[in-house]
Amino acid sequence: MASITLDNLGKVYPGGTRAVGGVNIDIEDGEFIVLVGPSGCGKSTLLRMVAGLESITEGEVRIGDRVVNNVEPADRDIAMVFQNYALYPHMSVRQNLAYGLKNRGTPKAEIERRVNEAAEILQIGPFLDRKPRALSGGQRQRVAMGRAITREPAAFLFDEPLSNLDAKLRVAMRLEIKELQKRLRTTSIYVTHDQLEAMTLADRLVVLNGGRIEQIGTPLEVYRRPASTFVASFIGSPAMNLLDARAVPHLPGTAHAGTIGIRPEDLILAEDGPIEMTVIAVEELGAQRLVHGRTGGEAITIALPSDSPLGDTLKLGFERKNLHLFNRESGNRVD
Amino acid sequence: MKRTIFNNQLLPWLLLAPQLAITFIFFLWPAGQAVKQSFLSQDAFGINTTFVGLRNFTALLDSAEYLNSLKVTAVFAVSVTLVSMGVALLLAVSVDRMLKSSRVYTTLLVWPYAVAPAVAGILWWFIFNPTVGIMPYMLDMIGYDWNHVSSKSDAMILVVIASAWKQISYNFLFFVAGLQAIPASLREAAAIDGAGPVRRFFDITFPLLSPTTFFLLVVNIVYAMFETFAVIDSTTEGGPAQATNIMVYKVYFDGFVGQNMGSSAAQSVVLMLIVIALTIIQFRWVEKKVEY
Ligand SMILES: Nc1ncnc2c1ncn2[C@@H]1O[C@H](COP(=O)(O)OP(=O)(O)OP(=O)(O)O)[C@@H](O)[C@H]1O
Ligand SMILES: [Mg+2]
Repeated sequence: MASITLDNLGKVYPGGTRAVGGVNIDIEDGEFIVLVGPSGCGKSTLLRMVAGLESITEGEVRIGDRVVNNVEPADRDIAMVFQNYALYPHMSVRQNLAYGLKNRGTPKAEIERRVNEAAEILQIGPFLDRKPRALSGGQRQRVAMGRAITREPAAFLFDEPLSNLDAKLRVAMRLEIKELQKRLRTTSIYVTHDQLEAMTLADRLVVLNGGRIEQIGTPLEVYRRPASTFVASFIGSPAMNLLDARAVPHLPGTAHAGTIGIRPEDLILAEDGPIEMTVIAVEELGAQRLVHGRTGGEAITIALPSDSPLGDTLKLGFERKNLHLFNRESGNRVD
Repeated sequence: MKRTIFNNQLLPWLLLAPQLAITFIFFLWPAGQAVKQSFLSQDAFGINTTFVGLRNFTALLDSAEYLNSLKVTAVFAVSVTLVSMGVALLLAVSVDRMLKSSRVYTTLLVWPYAVAPAVAGILWWFIFNPTVGIMPYMLDMIGYDWNHVSSKSDAMILVVIASAWKQISYNFLFFVAGLQAIPASLREAAAIDGAGPVRRFFDITFPLLSPTTFFLLVVNIVYAMFETFAVIDSTTEGGPAQATNIMVYKVYFDGFVGQNMGSSAAQSVVLMLIVIALTIIQFRWVEKKVEY
């Protein structure tokens, strides 16, 4: 186990593409860090630099006290779970789990013990002698996890490991990964573009945009106090309403902000509310209904209990503490 | 796929006719003739033809020259296959690593394939010519006296190189395609699992290439056995002392030069059986056994 430090880390690809820049993260021993952001924001690049699969063009990666910029992937004491699982198709599950140990000259009995232990933890015992192609997606996913844990590495790196699974299995595996990590207390970096997955798994979230960090914090911190309009619209579903302050006049204390943000679930129906909304569409989600509409020319969404009354226009209010204020130009939080 | 229904019963046959005619005239009919010939014997003047049953075949098995030809063919086919596939794999692996700059390299490597075997044969014959060639000159400098006109092993090496050369580009393309089809993440996973480049190659890359390798193995053996006639003819003509007289060349030599039609036909029937066997192995094995 080890802490991981990314010190002013940057990556410019040979073609001149800047994928990552100025990334500073201190990951504590045993912490579960989730890198989240839209497609192409540099999550994989960052993870692969930690793994040693991508060269580091700026800054430093430290695992424990050791600078690993020029250390081979095999010698970084990390294990990685790939999006496509990357199981060796010509080897049995057992051989897949044992391969990393065999290469390091681990004694046979010890390999046997660790493989069986991993198989038990992940409940893949019955498949040990099958080839990966004879497994379902979820089982392959477990084998990929098993390959990581038999090595007992200092850190796990996950690159969107659940994105090839169907929605239901994804939720189940998400929980399992979380439990497994709690149990093993292994430092983990997990990449995903699914904000829900990020929220549920992370000890701390790192929100990336265009290769730069927008915000680092616990899921609740990030949810409650998004540092920018980008984070505000990316974290939380349905996304936060971002309105031009001029479209909602007469709000006290918003004069210095260009953009105000309010989450759909923080809006309430109020006869004397400051916002008047024209309803355009309603989405019934069962427990909730999402009402989409416009106010002062801007799109707005409100989440209401499914038994609340509807009309062509709604008067909306909110509590002052639920208001988020952002600078119009920079998008940064100003309150 | 879209299925077309022909109302006219004749049309499908008309459309097939040219292909069927070509197959019949250039393949089935000569093959039938060869089979018929192989049971017949002509006298020295080609006037009387008699039915001799399997005697042409049994004569082959008693002929030291034919048994030698079998041995030569085996050595030749195995060497050509190993050399052409080995070199191609080496080149393909290095290109696969370079990836980007590989396009020029790839184009250059395809050229040999566009050169007719006879031209290739003459080219190599010149390069290795004991009096004017560059290779004997260079070999002489390191103290090797090259002479494929008198040395059996030199002659074999020459025909192997001349034959393998052309096949390298073909194999190379298949190997590159095969390598590109292996997901990069597998090699990355192996790298993280502590396998160095050589180990990665033997543990991951090579096993995953096995369908390509097996396919090429059969293609190259077939090539070496049946399509190298022109190379042999333009370099050694089967010599010296039968050292490079492979089966397909012997068919030609015995039939057209030696005028022994019965024996030549029997030999080509044997060759036909070998092609059929290889084809069956190809289909059976490639589809069933070589998978992972
Ligand atoms: N090998 C490469 N050469 C050049 N540019 C690259 C290379 N790999 C990635 N990039 C670029 O770097 C940027 C970040 O890519 P990266 O794969 O890290 O994104 P990502 O956040 O993982 O996206 P996704 O969620 O789609 O996987 C992208 O703009 C991409 O085009
Ligand atoms: Mg990615």
